[in-house]
This record gives sequence, C-alpha cells and structure tokens, in this order.
Amino acid sequence: MKKEISRRSFLKGGLAAAGAVAASSLPLPEAVKAATGEELATLIDIRKCIGCEACVEACQEVNEPKFPEPKKPFPKMYPSRVKVSDWSDDRDVTDRLTPYNWVFIQEATVMVNGKEETFSFPRRCMHCQNPPCADLCPWGAARKLRNGITRIDADICLGGSKCKTVCPWHFPQRQTGVGLYLDILPNFAGNGVMYKCDRCYNRIEKGELPACIDICPENVQKIGPRGEIIKEAHAIAKEIKGYIYGEKENGGTNTIYVSPVPFEDLNKAIEIGPGMPDLNPVKDSMAHADNLAKAMIIAPIAGIAAAAGKFYSTSKKLTHTEEGKK
Amino acid sequence: MKAHSYALTAGKKWLKTFYILLFTLMAFTGFGQMPIFKRYYISDIPGMGWSADFYVTHYIHYIGAILLLGLLAYCIFDYFFTGRREFSLTVSAYVRILLLGGIVITGIFRVLKNLPDVVFSPEFTLFIDIAHLGFMMFYLLAALLFLIIKSGWVRELRN
Ligand code: SF4
Ligand code: SF4
Ligand code: SF4
Repeated sequence: MKKEISRRSFLKGGLAAAGAVAASSLPLPEAVKAATGEELATLIDIRKCIGCEACVEACQEVNEPKFPEPKKPFPKMYPSRVKVSDWSDDRDVTDRLTPYNWVFIQEATVMVNGKEETFSFPRRCMHCQNPPCADLCPWGAARKLRNGITRIDADICLGGSKCKTVCPWHFPQRQTGVGLYLDILPNFAGNGVMYKCDRCYNRIEKGELPACIDICPENVQKIGPRGEIIKEAHAIAKEIKGYIYGEKENGGTNTIYVSPVPFEDLNKAIEIGPGMPDLNPVKDSMAHADNLAKAMIIAPIAGIAAAAGKFYSTSKKLTHTEEGKK
Repeated sequence: MKAHSYALTAGKKWLKTFYILLFTLMAFTGFGQMPIFKRYYISDIPGMGWSADFYVTHYIHYIGAILLLGLLAYCIFDYFFTGRREFSLTVSAYVRILLLGGIVITGIFRVLKNLPDVVFSPEFTLFIDIAHLGFMMFYLLAALLFLIIKSGWVRELRN
C-alpha cells in the first residue's frame, strides 16, 4: 500500500518534472529555473536495505544501452603520464563505481547500544543542488536539469575528468576510447567519457521511476519533490532519533540518507577508496562563486563612479583656470 | 602636439600595463579551467602547483573578473565623459570591443550558471561555455594581429 502511495505521489511530481524537462530544452536564458519549480529528491532509509544488490543489477540492465563501447586499441596518448582507464573487460565489477556500474552497495558494521550491527546502503551520485561537476565543466557536457538531475552528456564529454576531481565524492568514472575526443586530437587532448548515475533521466521523462527505486524489494528509496522528501526524512529522523546526510552537504543535494547511527560512525566503518566514496561532512564547494558574484555587481558601479569623479574634478580645475585667465 | 585639457586615463602607461597583466592572468586561469595544466607539466613547475587546483584558478578568475569589470566600466565612461572630445576609436578598437563584449556577456552568463538557483537549458549551457572560450581565442588572435600592425585603441581628433 505504502508503495502505491509513493508511486502515485511520484507520478504527480513526475509530471511536473516532465514539464520542467520540456521547458529546459528551450535554448534561451528564459529557461532559468523559476523559484517555484521544485526539484525531485530521493530518500534513502538505510534501516531498510538488506544489501541484496537488486538495485545494482537493475541499474546495469536498464542503462546498458548508455554504456561505453570503446574501440581498441586506444589511440596513444601524450605525454606518457596520461593513463588509460579501461573498464570494458571488467563490466561485472559491482563492489565499486565504474563506467559500467553507477551504483554500488556500501557496508558498515557499527556498534549500536553495545551490539554489533551491519548496515548496507546504495551509493551513487548525490545530484547536488549546485553541482560543481556541472558548474565547472569547461564544455557544458555536465549539466544540471531543472528537475534536480545532474547528468553528463556522453556525446560532448571529452573525459578530462575535471568533474571527478571537483566532485567532493569523486563520483564520475572514466572510460577511455569512446566519445568526441577521438574526433579531435585523441593523442593530445581528452581521454574518453565520464559516466555516473543520471538518475534514470529518460525514465523520469516518461513518468517512470528510476530502475533502482522501482526494483527494490524493501522500498529503501523513495523519490518526490524535495520539500516533501526533506520533511519525511526529518520525521523519520525524529521518530528514530536518527541522522540525516545529504540535506546540507555540498550546499544541499537531492539525495537524502536517513540513518539510526551517526554518519560519522558509518564513515569510519565503510571501505573508502577509488570508486568508493566517503560519508564526510562536505562544505558548499561553490560558496566562493556565490560570494564573489555579488562583488561583480558592485565592480562596474565603482568603475563608473571613479570615471565620473575624475570628470568632475577635471571640469572643476578647467573652470578655475578659465576664470583665472579672465 | 596639443596639450589636452581632458586626459584619457586609457592612454596612460600604468593602465596599459595593468590591463595586459590582468588579461594574461584571466587567460591563464581561464585556460586552467580545462584539465591541461597537470597533463602538460605546467603545475609541476616549482611554485605553479596551484595552477592544477580548479577551485584556486576559478577563485582567481572570479577576482580577475571583478577587477576587469570595474576597469572596463571606468574606461568606457571615462571615454564618454572626457575622451570623446579629443579622441576617436580606431577600427581595431571596435573589433576588440566587440570581442571583449562577447567575453564579458558570456562570462556573466557563466557566473549566473554557477549560482545555486539558476539552471539554463543544456543547449544554452553548451553555447555559453564554448562561446566564452571562442571569444577569448579570437580576442587573443586579434590582439596579436593589432600588435604586429601597431594599431592602438584611440586616435587623436585634429581640430
Ligand atoms: S537498496 Fe534495495 S535493492 Fe538495493 S541493495 Fe538495498 S534492499 Fe536491495
Ligand atoms: S555528487 Fe558529484 S557528480 Fe554528483 S552532482 Fe554532486 S558534484 Fe556532481
Ligand atoms: S537512478 Fe538510475 S542511473 Fe541512478 S543508480 Fe538508480 S538505476 Fe542507476
């Protein structure tokens, strides 16, 4: 029953999102998001996850058509320090993120009230509200959609991996030997395409649930307008005296985890490494850009004022000289 | 040479030097937005490690943009208030102004894009990102050409 309610409310949100997607294809700045257009967020209740990996399999299955099919041998890249990143022969890897695995299950064994307990939960791109991966992508290949999805366009991405570097969790994963760089200067610039969870944007466009949410036998995840999701997360956290991750991280994300144990404890217990993100607290990566943008409005005004000041004082001097001549 | 009652600040040497230094910094930190400084050993040069940190180069690029916006506004208004009576712009100045305008306008949209509540369409995002770089490349080419043919920004008006 609960599932049906969440589905129905999702479809409502899904329709609004579909409208937003249509509007976001307008090639004009009018497409600036209206203050009322609400983003969709997901709620992940880690108490419910049994670590069955059904979500991981579903993700691989539905997104298979988007996976890279690299041509081999790869063009030689210069200088020699540039490394090939090839996952095409390891497509079955599911214990970390790869270009062929956009979600994986992280496990943490922690002490709860003196008893050892193991938690598992899916990890994938958080879909930040102000994503540095999209803001700082030099080509506009990574971008945020109005419905709160951040996705990387595989037709435009050159695989420079900047998005991965600037992402606080380093989510995007590179595959060499595919994409636009092959048609430009494959030996000297670019290195493939970056891949990560696109929150099943194509399914959402059709009003369908993301595959990982749809398949989950335990209803671990839920998707809906961000405001509602946040409210629900807080209600659960209050009820279980629990903790929230993702609401404030990196200035706010569209993936909200709720846990009965502090994320600090989970963070200490999970395996962290390449393709295995941490659960650290994260400050807003783009805060500097917001603050400096304000100064940018003042700068031209200051310039004009200085020019006017100079004009005024020159005119005054000239009048004095002319009066003196009389 | 006639003594000017209204002197154009744009003609001053210190301002030219400042503009060139600022523009070089903007070009450098702008190119640094592409992941090339690490690949091509620039960040390996002692003291240049910061050039591979995208957040650092982005920060400097923003500071430079603030200075550049102030400077451009000053020069434009200084020209209209005082310089116009004694100088006129050269053709190469018009070309540079057009390209600068392109850089500034696309730059403003890039700044808007980075604000938390602003989302542009994918097509528009792609356009401003590529256009910002494109205008800059053309500006550098134009500046080089005008340096070779020694064409300045302003010409004195003869009375
Ligand atoms: S989120 Fe659901 S599908 Fe995925 S591992 Fe947990 S229980 Fe299984
Ligand atoms: S989590 Fe990382 S990859 Fe995902 S939107 Fe945020 S910055 Fe981008
Ligand atoms: S939302 Fe879609 S792409 Fe993202 S992890 Fe789930 S199934 Fe994979």
